[in-house]
Amino acid sequence: MNASRSCRSWVAPHIAALPRSGIRDFFELVNAMDDVVSLGIGEPDFVTPWHIREAAIYALDKGVTHYTSNLGDIRLRKAICRYVKERFGGDYDPKGECIVTVGVSEGLDILLRAVLSPGDEVLYPSPSYVSYGPTIQMCHAEPVPVETRAEHDFVVQVSDLEAKTTPKTRVLLLNYPNNPTGATLTAADKAALADFAIRHDLLVVSDEIYEELSYVDRSPSIASLPGMKERTVLLNGFSKAFAMTGFRIAYACSTNDIIEAMMKVHQYSIMCASSMVQAAALEALQNGAAGRDEMLEEYRQRRNVIVKRLNDMGLNCFMPNGAFYVFPCIRSTGLDSMTFAKRLLQEQHVAVVPGTAFGACGEGFVRCSYASSIADIETAMDRIETFIASLRKG
Amino acid sequence: MERNELKTKILALLERNARISTKEIAERLACEEALIAALIDELEKSHVIMGYSAIVSDLANSSEVLAIIEVEVQPERDTGFDKIAERLGKFPEVRSVYLVSGRYDLRLEVVGSSLQEIASFVAAKLSCQNGVKSTATYFMLKKYKEAGITLNGGGEENERLKIVP
Repeated sequence: MNASRSCRSWVAPHIAALPRSGIRDFFELVNAMDDVVSLGIGEPDFVTPWHIREAAIYALDKGVTHYTSNLGDIRLRKAICRYVKERFGGDYDPKGECIVTVGVSEGLDILLRAVLSPGDEVLYPSPSYVSYGPTIQMCHAEPVPVETRAEHDFVVQVSDLEAKTTPKTRVLLLNYPNNPTGATLTAADKAALADFAIRHDLLVVSDEIYEELSYVDRSPSIASLPGMKERTVLLNGFSKAFAMTGFRIAYACSTNDIIEAMMKVHQYSIMCASSMVQAAALEALQNGAAGRDEMLEEYRQRRNVIVKRLNDMGLNCFMPNGAFYVFPCIRSTGLDSMTFAKRLLQEQHVAVVPGTAFGACGEGFVRCSYASSIADIETAMDRIETFIASLRKG
Repeated sequence: MERNELKTKILALLERNARISTKEIAERLACEEALIAALIDELEKSHVIMGYSAIVSDLANSSEVLAIIEVEVQPERDTGFDKIAERLGKFPEVRSVYLVSGRYDLRLEVVGSSLQEIASFVAAKLSCQNGVKSTATYFMLKKYKEAGITLNGGGEENERLKIVP
């Protein structure tokens, strides 16, 4: 046995090539501190409404501890299809056009594995949620981030998509309302994107996990536009709307063809989403509207507070119409995103996420989550104000 | 936002925290502080807001005793339950009066400094009122939740990671 052999790596090259999450090091820094006020948390601060938790407990009491159908309990799928039709638009058959997944993360993973071949290219607006690029790479496909800009309130422009489209482009992956920018699409934006997808014969993957956190009148999902159902996969879930992140439960709706293909991957890797969690999800859809709307109103008010304070102190950001993020520009401070975030953490003990964690074009911005109490938001804003004043003096 | 919608939102905020500042309300609802102050003034003058109070837990070390008293009454012609309900409400010991559906008619919340004080209020004042047919008194032993607030936080942890992408 020679030495080089004993230290060979067993890790597949395409996994070894994946970047470490951009905020891993930053996370370690934050974790080492005690009195941090964090605006870096991308999940609701609300604990799951009690009636939903109670439904999970009751399911356990009743012995709901077995596998369900691979696609998910049919009662839940029926409720999902009703809910989708009523809230987002789009007609899906619960029997074969809907699958229950373990979070949208799993939905996206099994979908991409079901539709991508090595070398296929996937367009997605950047900055984006951190998993998009790596999930595409794990399918031996090519992530093609398409820059979005503050001047368009971070809505992806068809001309920018056109510029990055090649004969290998196969999927357009959208995430509106957007993490990390809070951007949303108007009906006209959706129509233009649908037209683009049809012209280039692309599959559209619409990750709408933040759709219920919309602060203006919503337009129907891109999946429901004419000619789009057959080329769109709608991904949504319970984490954000019903404060159920730890439950890990979501769904995908599309044509029978695609759902069947997703089901194959899902069945061989996961089997099914956890059964008592599916019971909780059903309860959320049946009786969760009031709790959901109450949380939405609270987010809306926090958004008003944080956007005004950031703009007042010269960190410009637009009024986001969805999700629970603001994405202020920090260029006026003369610092880059990572330095800004690190110094803010070290000097004022406030955590925000550098925009670069979400893609290179996030440089010059930081993500602030307002899924935190108003008291924490106010404290964080006071400290950021102090930090900025100290920069201007120094 | 429309004035009535604003008022509803102001009330919801005040019901949750009576000490919230007009500044915070204005920031939350994205409007001028002066407008919020004027609307609260209107709500107070029109008796929609009747007052502001603190939600105090058992930890306050108060020796106060609280009782719920169910009262069965004889309604009167023309005024129904209103007159007697108003009359019972005049006693300072009575903190709240509700007309309720079900087995009895009025539900009173009564405070006193001791069991004896409440017992004598029931015997000497309440039961002998004209129109009162019967009473049933329940002394409160321990408070778990009031005004939507679980007093020890319900034992929930609600811990989150400090950074989540």
